[in-house]
Amino acid sequence: MVLTRRAILKSSAAVPLAAPFIGSAMAAAPIKVGSLVDLSGPLGTTGQPMLDALKIAVEAHNKAGGLLGRQIDLINYDTQSSIQLYSQYAQALALKDRVDVVLGGITSASREAIRPVFDRYKVLYFYNTFYEGGVCDRDIFCTGTTPAQTVQKLVSYATKTWGKKVYIIAADYNYGHITAKWMTKYTQDDGGTVMATEFFPLDVTNFNATISKIQSEKPDLILSALVGSNHTAFYRQWGAAGMSGKIPIASTTFGIVNEMATLQAKESNGIITAFGYYQELQTPASVAFVDAIHKQFGAGVPYIGEPAACTYEAFNLWAEAVKKSGTVTRMPVIKALDSGLSFDGPTGKVTIDPATQHCIRNVYLAKAVDKKWDVFKTFPNQTPSDTASVCNLIKHPNIDKQFVIDVKTKA
Amino acid sequence: MALLGLILFNIINGIAVLVLISIGLAVIYGMMRIINLAHGEFLMLGAYATVLSTNAGVNLWVSILIVSPIVVGLFGLLVERCIIRFLYGRLIDTMLATWGLSLFMIGGITTLFGTTVEGVSAPLGAFNIGPYHASLYSVFSIAVAAAMLGGVWSVLRFTKFGLIVRATMQNPPMAAALGVAPNRIYMLTFALGAALTGLAGGVLAPVAGVAPGMGAAYIAKAFITVIGGGAAIVTGSGLASALFGTIDQIVTFQTTPVIGQVALLIAAIIMIRILPQGITGRFFRRSL
Repeated sequence: MVLTRRAILKSSAAVPLAAPFIGSAMAAAPIKVGSLVDLSGPLGTTGQPMLDALKIAVEAHNKAGGLLGRQIDLINYDTQSSIQLYSQYAQALALKDRVDVVLGGITSASREAIRPVFDRYKVLYFYNTFYEGGVCDRDIFCTGTTPAQTVQKLVSYATKTWGKKVYIIAADYNYGHITAKWMTKYTQDDGGTVMATEFFPLDVTNFNATISKIQSEKPDLILSALVGSNHTAFYRQWGAAGMSGKIPIASTTFGIVNEMATLQAKESNGIITAFGYYQELQTPASVAFVDAIHKQFGAGVPYIGEPAACTYEAFNLWAEAVKKSGTVTRMPVIKALDSGLSFDGPTGKVTIDPATQHCIRNVYLAKAVDKKWDVFKTFPNQTPSDTASVCNLIKHPNIDKQFVIDVKTKA
Repeated sequence: MALLGLILFNIINGIAVLVLISIGLAVIYGMMRIINLAHGEFLMLGAYATVLSTNAGVNLWVSILIVSPIVVGLFGLLVERCIIRFLYGRLIDTMLATWGLSLFMIGGITTLFGTTVEGVSAPLGAFNIGPYHASLYSVFSIAVAAAMLGGVWSVLRFTKFGLIVRATMQNPPMAAALGVAPNRIYMLTFALGAALTGLAGGVLAPVAGVAPGMGAAYIAKAFITVIGGGAAIVTGSGLASALFGTIDQIVTFQTTPVIGQVALLIAAIIMIRILPQGITGRFFRRSL
């Protein structure tokens, strides 16, 4: 599809003209909210609760009379764990459906596929999954956690509790490599040493050699950034070798592809993770959020983790900004969001950091106990300091790129 | 010393895993010349049979040793009757058909059971080699792998059925002239290969991440092993497993899993270059 300069001028001119009309009309056209997440394929179990959370957020607003007196239409596409469909549906949302805001994307690859599309067509976009950090773009708000918020807490707790000798195992692609660097940095910051770092291609299924190596190196703890169902076999073989509980494991990824449901309790007990949200969190807002989803979609909904909670909060932050600016037009809404807007959601208080357009939010540490997460530590109001070290949108509002943060580790 | 023992045990276990994943393919591809690209999904089906029947209350050992081979064997029978029997002698067409079958199986299992199921954990616990722990379940996998090799060899070598199978694979018209129905022998051999694969899937289930797409992680290694083994399927697969398993485990232990996989593939490339007919194309030519 070719978009001419004339068409862009027309569409952007139409908004200010239409705004006063909408304000006065009784039966105004609905506001359109787009969603792009994987509901099928390998990432389907992550995407389903994200869409469910967005649905209950939209419905709550519609029941209360909508936004600016207009009802909200949710338009969602199932991207089927395919990057190609992300690009395709992003075009559809921007050009065919002409949505006012988009929430979605799960992997960093999917985000980087659709971010340029929404940049080009000036559509406000919220990305709500934890990721490696560094995105710096006026048109996107990243509401999930980044390594400075989670990995730092996890590593510092683990090295303080268990010891200073660390063995890192990670998936062999950009996420695993970047996360392993962060793990190394934070371990060294805490005075620990990394004995070895091993990367595993996603199709590795036999971990016995590594398990032997770990036994012979005798680390105090293992940091894991293993990804995907093949890698679940590590925890299986670790348990089969009688190592469960012998050397403790902390992980930045455990639980995101439903490992907790796949493994037996004795294989997962004691593993520690850090995320921005756990569905076991017992605050009133969290309990109400989980109950609302289970009531509407049944208890069979996959685990409601950080991406679902952040999606819910992202929508509410956007809605607050729309109310504050009195319009759904992109720039005024961005300005309202950047005024340090905050929202009390299921994860606690969430505030937008205008310099990075990431979120200042609570981070939790939790331990696996009998296939549930026991949240045992809260770190309130953590800032995305990693992204902040490279990105300042207040000074440089026209940047739109993802910085690769140079993680300084000792050789 | 103890570490050496542990590494040795890992090597034997690595060899056993290769034997498990390739012996069914050795029958289907090595003997019958059907490029079964759904081999990984046969393994997956075997793993699912074990996991689902164990979760439904069946004893784990019964699930692994009886339910998995029977389920996949029967499925193989169905596949042979509906698809494969029209494609004998059409190597490339079998590839296309079984690739379609593999996609269908992944889609079907995902639709029926979703992307995750609750797995079973390995029974038996661990034993000590000096200060190190190793899994007793691995001993069981090694035993099953050895029994599968021995079993297939004995059937082919000592039974009348084995003799007929070998004769039919070598020269179907001649076998038919002597009163054998090649169609039925093909059907039974394919089902046998599928059942062996199902058994392997069952054995792997407690130590693998059981998911619809898990077959993809095994299929390349299975084909490399069978091709590396050559014409004598039992001896060949056993020798190729021993060679590749040893290389993979030693290199992985010495360096990283990435280099371990690279080393395995390089070894395979060099071997195919030197021995285009596989190991048994030159050595042990008269074995089975």
